Amino acid sequence: MLRLARYVKPYWLIVSITIFLLFAQANFDLALPDYLSRMVNTGIQQGGIETALPEAIRQSEMERVVIFLTATDKAAVLDAYTLVTPDSPKAPDYVGKYPVLAEEPISVLEALDQPAIDAISPAMAKALLAVNGIEEALADPEKAAEMADSVQGFDLSRIPAGMDVFDLLAQMPAATMQQVTAAMNERFSALGDKMIVQAAASVVKAEYTALGVDTDKVQSDYIINIGMWMLGLTLLSAACTIAVSYLSARAAAGVARDLRHDVFRKVESFSNAEFDSFSTASLITRSTNDVTQIQMVAVMTMRMVFYAPLMGIGGVIKVIQQDSSMWWLIAIAVGVLVSLIATVFTVALPKFRMVQTLVDRLNLVARENLAGLMVVRAFAMEPFEEKRFDKANLDLTAVSLFVNRVMVIMMPLMMLIMNGLSLAIIWVGAQQVADAQMQVGDMMAFLQYAMQIVMSFLMVSMMFIILPRASVSADRIADVLEVEPAIVDPAKPQSFGNRFAGLVEFRNVSFRYPGADEDALVDISFTAHPGQTTALIGATGSGKSTIVNLIPRFYDVTAGQILIDGLDIREVTQHELREKIGYVPQKSVLFSGTIESNLRYADESASPEQLELAAEIAQATEFITSRPEGLAADISQGGQNVSGGQKQRLSIARALVKKAAINIFDDSFSALDLKTDAALRRALHQHTQASTLLIVTQRVSTIKNAEQILVLDEGRIVGRGTHSELMNDCEIYREIALSQLAQEALA
Amino acid sequence: MMHRPGNAPRGGFGRPGGPMQFTKGEKARDFRGTMKKLIAYAGRHRTAVIVVFIFAILSTAANIVGPKILGEATTKLFEGVMAQLAGTGGIDFDAIGQIVLIVLGLYLLSALFGYLQGWIMANVSTDITYRLRRDIAEKINRLPLTYFDKTTHGEVLSRITNDVDTVNQTLSQSLTQIITSVVTVVGILGMMFSINWMMTLVALLIVPLSMAVAGLIISQSQKFFTQQQDYLGHVNGHVEEMYGGHLVMKAFNGEASSIATFDKSNGKLYEAAWKSQFLSGMMMPIMMFVGNLGYVAVTILGGWLAVQGIVTVGDIQAFIQYVRSFTQPITQLANISNVLQQTAAAAERVFEFLAEPEEVAETTVPVKVSQPEGHVEFQDVHFGYSADKIVINDFSAVAHPGQKVAIVGPTGAGKTTMVKLLMRFYDVNSGAILVDGSDIRDYSRSDLRNLFGWSSRTRGCTTTRSWRTSAMAVRARPTRKSSPLRRPRTSTTSCTRCRAATRWSSMKRLPTSRRVRSSC
Repeated sequence: MLRLARYVKPYWLIVSITIFLLFAQANFDLALPDYLSRMVNTGIQQGGIETALPEAIRQSEMERVVIFLTATDKAAVLDAYTLVTPDSPKAPDYVGKYPVLAEEPISVLEALDQPAIDAISPAMAKALLAVNGIEEALADPEKAAEMADSVQGFDLSRIPAGMDVFDLLAQMPAATMQQVTAAMNERFSALGDKMIVQAAASVVKAEYTALGVDTDKVQSDYIINIGMWMLGLTLLSAACTIAVSYLSARAAAGVARDLRHDVFRKVESFSNAEFDSFSTASLITRSTNDVTQIQMVAVMTMRMVFYAPLMGIGGVIKVIQQDSSMWWLIAIAVGVLVSLIATVFTVALPKFRMVQTLVDRLNLVARENLAGLMVVRAFAMEPFEEKRFDKANLDLTAVSLFVNRVMVIMMPLMMLIMNGLSLAIIWVGAQQVADAQMQVGDMMAFLQYAMQIVMSFLMVSMMFIILPRASVSADRIADVLEVEPAIVDPAKPQSFGNRFAGLVEFRNVSFRYPGADEDALVDISFTAHPGQTTALIGATGSGKSTIVNLIPRFYDVTAGQILIDGLDIREVTQHELREKIGYVPQKSVLFSGTIESNLRYADESASPEQLELAAEIAQATEFITSRPEGLAADISQGGQNVSGGQKQRLSIARALVKKAAINIFDDSFSALDLKTDAALRRALHQHTQASTLLIVTQRVSTIKNAEQILVLDEGRIVGRGTHSELMNDCEIYREIALSQLAQEALA
Repeated sequence: MMHRPGNAPRGGFGRPGGPMQFTKGEKARDFRGTMKKLIAYAGRHRTAVIVVFIFAILSTAANIVGPKILGEATTKLFEGVMAQLAGTGGIDFDAIGQIVLIVLGLYLLSALFGYLQGWIMANVSTDITYRLRRDIAEKINRLPLTYFDKTTHGEVLSRITNDVDTVNQTLSQSLTQIITSVVTVVGILGMMFSINWMMTLVALLIVPLSMAVAGLIISQSQKFFTQQQDYLGHVNGHVEEMYGGHLVMKAFNGEASSIATFDKSNGKLYEAAWKSQFLSGMMMPIMMFVGNLGYVAVTILGGWLAVQGIVTVGDIQAFIQYVRSFTQPITQLANISNVLQQTAAAAERVFEFLAEPEEVAETTVPVKVSQPEGHVEFQDVHFGYSADKIVINDFSAVAHPGQKVAIVGPTGAGKTTMVKLLMRFYDVNSGAILVDGSDIRDYSRSDLRNLFGWSSRTRGCTTTRSWRTSAMAVRARPTRKSSPLRRPRTSTTSCTRCRAATRWSSMKRLPTSRRVRSSC
């Protein structure tokens, strides 16, 4: 994968922004459960009341409360509140909110910052609870009895009637007061600070009711407020995701586009040797399928691979912040999950890869069956082919089944682990709530965080399936990109010069195909003169095509030199070299388009007359004009809609459009019948007087009039001369000629 | 908890798995008919599939009921806390413990059922896939050659790979997804209603909203997806053509124009690609946003209702979980019709192929010739590859045993066609061909073809070692049963006959890639 890392570089800015956005999104998503817990804790349980410090308190109450405060706390509290009397000038401001102000004075809380609030809140809470407890006991004898039991020496029933308990308490000596306070505090200590605030909240709510405040409204206001915050967060989170989606789409598509371009360009620069070492089909797949795989992975990476760890880490941080002792539950769950996934994939991953290979094999068998359909039927090999296919099918099926079953196990197990985790959290959480270590809302929030952490681990593990597959594709692409073509232009290219004759000379040329055991050509030396026809003839595999393929430098010689006009062809650029050569390959290839576009492939600027002339020489005019569209007739991909002979003639015409000084015909007349062959040669001879013609053929009649015939056998020149000379001197030539004698006579 | 790792791609094979493929809207021509055929094809697995359905429903149901019951645990907890504060009591751990155990049991059952149904489904889908592929492969050998004149190899191969894959994917994954999604939606709805109808209504308001949004995004992204497929086709086509004609391209210095053409298509592909990717990527977050909207609305309403004492805190928790899990199955269902259409289209192509008229059937009483003489006669043969173009017109000829007959003529005259008729690759339109006095249609095809030794000018090699290709010819000749030639050759050094036939020496000069894989 890393071999392609440089393709990400142009997009580093986008990727950084994406990571930043994902980070923001993770934060927003993680904050949501927070708000949920606040909704439950404060909104529902505490009636929308957030702290134990009431916003306003009746002065009468306040006087009772301060009884239970230490000197320092009392000072702090009184500091925080301002007294407002009904007739004070500030009264009108507050009377709307606290209707009771019309009748009695109240103390209003000044604006305080959070640390200040937190400082006096617990003390205030306890005091409020104490006052509340007594007030309740006063109202309810049962409660009074309870209190007598739990608080030593505080038997309210013993207080003489008509006396105000609070006056009594206020007058108590400090030491006794402390005792009483301590006893009361004991009762509360079991609850913990958080619970105390929670409990005090209901007292505060009662106070508000007494103040005439609409407590329901306070609550619903709070709930709606929180709701709006949640909505806002959701909106932001969604905005982030959309932005990420946009950026990642652009970056991934961009990387894919760049890769495709580079791979294509690279392959176009390949020489035949490189094409042979990969195969055409493989190159096609690498240029298309493999790039698509990378694109998919790039998108997924940017969305999931970056997001998941951020979520996971964020969740972990939140959990730690919550100061919860249940983190070990998450750790266990994650541990189990990860080991499950690890096991499954160690087992399954190699099989995943095998599936791809087996699919290829199945394809291959089927393709061959189709390609050789006639042969298969001619030799009654259908059962053989079917067996071959069946084997490939069975192999693929077996592995597919295995893979399928593995995935089937994984899903339910993962769900079970996650569900089990939430059960465990609830169970352990209950204990914690009972021990006053945690509030219910906190537990619910913890549940959410736990799920998010586990999910993020899951997503990261899923990456481990995707990445290997993409890694394979990346390697295949990198293999192509890293190839150095064997045939390169020289650093300081020379040029042929203006007067180009086209003299081709082979000097002691030997050639071996890459990876072959023996030389295909051994010590070939000859000269092809301009204005002359040099023919190469010999049995199949004797090296004829190999020789002419060396001239346009499709391969480089392994020994010796090829010179054109005295210049070694390796000294000039390939572009210039091939401009001088008109080449007709053994297998005719036409490109999709029109007849005209194919002819113009040799020379875009060719005049219509040039095209017509070339077509005439190639004996193609007849069938071109027989088509209604003429030159504009469609050619389908691979030239499927023309016959073999027509394809060859168009191929020849194309080469002739070039009006090159050197023309190579590699067995190009094979699909033509003898009559057309002869006519073509005559026309060629007429119109290409000055150029060098090299013709490779199996037919003696084609080359009977050539100025030079080279007879090849097993890579060597075994005969050289004109037809008549060779008939006398060369046995092999004589054999070939005599075997074709009947046709010769007819030509 | 109902968090399903729905984002995570299923580990598909050969398929680039990914979250929802909002793929091209291919439609089958006859949806119902194809589906019926598919069901009939899967006939033998009927009971298995029904069991799968039941298990899937049970599994999902257990998963749905879980949160509600779990919610009761939270409620108990909450009540316990309040009681503790008021000093009236404590948390009822017995009750909570019971609830937890029940829910654990439910989850275990759900996992078990889920596993079982997946296992069965895997078996079913793999078997169907295997059979489909096998049937197609066997069909290929029974189809008349005229079929392959009209259809490219690529199309036929696509049946075996892409189309069967699509059907397989649907069977093994999408089918159960459909069931679970439907059951989930219905179940969740039921659960939500059982908790509180008001909150449910609020939650339901999301549905039309999310469907509308989903529909909008799907249609927009489909537009770009089709574009992307088109340009991908252009790019691929260009690549195939240029790589296939590499030699010609080089010979005519066509690199520059080839790359220029490529860049144009590549650029357009880029545009379509990122747009379609972006839009389909938006689906998830937007659906989640809509889901969260519902989540918030429900939370607010729930809070208010809890204060009124109409619902409990646990109810809210459960409800929130349900709402969050509600959008995913809805999105899946929105995509389902797409998936089904695609599958139907793929299945239709496969079944169409399987229903193609086959070669004329073999006769039931084939003529047997113990000593073939080799008398061949053409009697008034008329033949054309297509109905309107008759290639052989009223042809009659006789070849006596021992004669060497040559067929000559200009290109396109019908020479190779004659041979193809003789080998019965095609049947004559009218007239007859007789071998040893019997119409060739009265022979079994393999017997008939065994009478001929045939060497073709074009293709027919396979990726086995070259010598084996020639060994095929040798093996096919009718020889005595005990002949050593009947034994399949396994050694890498070939028999002398093969050496002679394939010019073993010339092979040594070939580059290794061509030697081992003689792809023609």
